[in-house]
Amino acid sequence: MNIAVCVKQIPDPATPYKLDPETHLVVRPDDQVLDDTDRYGIEIGLQLAEATDGSVTVVSMSPSGTLQGIRQALAMGADAAVLIDDPTLKGSDALVTARVLSAAISRGDYDLVVAGTESTDGYSGVMPQMMSELLALPCLSFATHVETTDAGLRIKRQTPSGYDEVEAALPALLTVTAGVVEPRYPTFKGIMQAKSKPIETLTAADLGVDTAVTQCVQSVEPIAARAAGEIVEDDGEGYRRIIELLETVKVI
Amino acid sequence: MADYHAPVRDILFTLDTISDVSSITELPAFADVDAEMIEPLVTEAARFYEEVIAPTNVIGDLEGAKFEDGTVTMPKAFEGAWAKLRDAGWSSVAGSAAFGGGGFPKVVGQAMSEMMASSNMAFSLCNMLTDSAIALLERHGTDELRDIYLENLITGEWTGTMVLTEPEAGSDVGALKTKAEPVGDGTYLLSGSKIFITWGDHDLADNVIHLVLARAPGGPPGTRGISLFLVPKFLVDDDGKPAERNGVETVSIEHKLGIHASPTCVLSFNEATGYLIGEEHRGMNYMFTMMNHSRLGVGLEGLGIAERAYQGAAAYAKERIQGRTPDAAESDTIIGHADVRRMLLTMKAYTEAMRGLLYDATAAEDRMHAETDEAKRAAAEARLALLTPIAKAWATDRGVDVASLGVQVHGGMGFIEETGAAQHYRDIRITPIYEGTNGIQAIDLVMRKLPLDNGAVIEGYLDEIDATAKELSGKSTELDDISVALSRATASARQATAILLMAEDPQLRLAGATSYLDGLGTVAGGYYLARQAAAAHDASPADEWLQAKITTARFYAANLLPDARGKFEAAVAGPDLLYAVADEYIG
Ligand SMILES: Cc1cc2nc3c(=O)[nH]c(=O)nc-3n(C[C@H](O)[C@H](O)[C@H](O)COP(=O)(O)OP(=O)(O)OC[C@H]3O[C@@H](n4cnc5c(N)ncnc54)[C@H](O)[C@@H]3O)c2cc1C
Repeated sequence: MNIAVCVKQIPDPATPYKLDPETHLVVRPDDQVLDDTDRYGIEIGLQLAEATDGSVTVVSMSPSGTLQGIRQALAMGADAAVLIDDPTLKGSDALVTARVLSAAISRGDYDLVVAGTESTDGYSGVMPQMMSELLALPCLSFATHVETTDAGLRIKRQTPSGYDEVEAALPALLTVTAGVVEPRYPTFKGIMQAKSKPIETLTAADLGVDTAVTQCVQSVEPIAARAAGEIVEDDGEGYRRIIELLETVKVI
Repeated sequence: MADYHAPVRDILFTLDTISDVSSITELPAFADVDAEMIEPLVTEAARFYEEVIAPTNVIGDLEGAKFEDGTVTMPKAFEGAWAKLRDAGWSSVAGSAAFGGGGFPKVVGQAMSEMMASSNMAFSLCNMLTDSAIALLERHGTDELRDIYLENLITGEWTGTMVLTEPEAGSDVGALKTKAEPVGDGTYLLSGSKIFITWGDHDLADNVIHLVLARAPGGPPGTRGISLFLVPKFLVDDDGKPAERNGVETVSIEHKLGIHASPTCVLSFNEATGYLIGEEHRGMNYMFTMMNHSRLGVGLEGLGIAERAYQGAAAYAKERIQGRTPDAAESDTIIGHADVRRMLLTMKAYTEAMRGLLYDATAAEDRMHAETDEAKRAAAEARLALLTPIAKAWATDRGVDVASLGVQVHGGMGFIEETGAAQHYRDIRITPIYEGTNGIQAIDLVMRKLPLDNGAVIEGYLDEIDATAKELSGKSTELDDISVALSRATASARQATAILLMAEDPQLRLAGATSYLDGLGTVAGGYYLARQAAAAHDASPADEWLQAKITTARFYAANLLPDARGKFEAAVAGPDLLYAVADEYIG
């Protein structure tokens, strides 16, 4: 099985994000890291590829910077990377991103496209579904468990009350939730080998995609500071006030 | 309880400013090493140690190693963690490339070992001893022994031990009695009883490789009649696989103050097959390779626990609300109190100073093998010889102090197990004892290391410190303060050194040994922080992290470095008062 895994380089979540006050875009430092939630997609990709003697290519749209995030993905064991780095793509919305990644993926010959459910810095949560439309692939989304069948894949799709079992023949697109598998840690040898793995860098023009952004961020407001809580002194009847409060917020 | 956050930036900064690691990787011996990979490797290993090993620390302490029916069982969480560590390969970074290692300098491997020790000291001992066994085999093993054992030790398939101590032979290794009878085919049969053998038995790896000191017939008494043998728990078959059980039996394990997850074994050798390392009766010489390596490894435990105790105390001080500072209207977190800050900064300054000392010593170990110039190799060897007892004893004594301060910062909660501060204090307490007590280290320093090259080695080191003090002077008022404090401390170091070197009565040196080592370690710590302050000053004034390095060095120079002078005074006080009290009035 040849697999493309969509991954994202993001600013290190350990350091606070900065937003550009004019454009409202996240300021992207040179040394971006691999989005932690992408480790699940890479892991599932690696497991499926290892079981079938296939390969894993990571596909990413972002400024190259130090390539740290891409190297982290390669260090886990992915075989190659395709990176779309183009200043004209700065400020792309989910649809443009989906077009770019889909175009990059259709240049290859993949049986399966894997993505996370949403990125840790953007949280739009719709990009994979857009890709499945653009690539005309069935979309197996929110997988909490994945297994292979004769024709393709069967997953457990997380629902608010439990899970659905969904199957599709390959080729298909799969999105995985955190926890679907335990991502492996890059090994010492893996990190050393990652240096010499091929990274293909493309521009939007190479792919011939329409990069017109149709979504714009009007304004950004900081989250309102949390108001002080109410302290209920318990004189033996405190539970009444607590029940009242829970009722007003409609929890009970 | 606070999580462990590997101090990646300080480790990298120390590798750069103290070890000068790029000048090591430029040496032909490291031609295949890509120095640019050091940062990503340390960064990625840090994530591994923080997420996989550090969480096993408390579990290991609570569950402990268990002994039943002649076998040792490790805490359940260790099995998965060990497998992951082995697969990740972090212990093999500095192993020789010919035997499956990464071929990086030892000082880079030391960065991994430091993080391992912080994450779980009891667990780290297995790696530390295996590492020392590797160093010994690389240097003194025959090709045949290397082919059979080295790769499996480097990749973590098997683990190593160091087997010296017997009931009657602790500090005085020369008193050991275990016998080795030659069989005639080149192998020996070992019989005797060994105690306190760390990781002497366990269920994590397929084989345990003991490096054992014993007496072959015909040798003189004392340390000159001791030979060194490799004794595997399972004899290895022609395919290189562990097969038949060798005659080494685990009799029991000890119940201890700390490091509960490190099995400390009583081993009984009953005609166990052993393979001679090097020549008969020269075992102590080879064992010193292993011991010196382990001494730095134990010093690193001092650093590792100090770092973690410091992190825990700092986190607690930012949360605990108690008392008002003079100008405040309301009570606030205790980090605002001058005395709590004194404790936290002391912990920080000692920890970073220890890191400098250890990363300098290990860089000398790399240079001693890799420098192309004979004179430079010899100089590095002498430097390592001088620094080893200081690195072992000073880093572990200060490590105990730091862990004790860690308890103190927590107040009553420090004495309660759930904060983790108590475990650090219990765990670290062994480090001044094993691998040659700190008393023995001090004796090694004054009796063997000071006289090296007629005192030229210690003189050279003190010259270097003075040169740094000079270099700092005039750069800025902050660095001036450090410079003055450092020059004063070095001057008293010179005085004490001269008196001890000239002393005809060995008792004068022996009586002052520990104070002298303490003083010299304190000066050395100030020296490394001063060098880092100079580098920070030259780099970027806008970088707050670098500014904090300068402040730490100033704090050390003002508050901790002055201790050195008192220590040097005590170091030359002589033995008279020690013996003026009759034994019957002691106790
Ligand atoms: C948890 C643990 C793990 C250990 N792991 C190992 C291991 O893996 N392998 C191994 O071989 N051993 C190991 N040891 C043994 C350890 O190295 C010895 O305990 C240590 O060297 C001290 O020896 P001793 O216990 O016999 O103390 P002693 O030698 O009896 O020392 C008692 C005191 O006397 C002092 N003293 C002794 N001789 C002198 C002297 N000549 N001058 C001045 N002072 C002196 C010492 O400094 C100490 O303060 C371990 C010990 C422990 C507790």
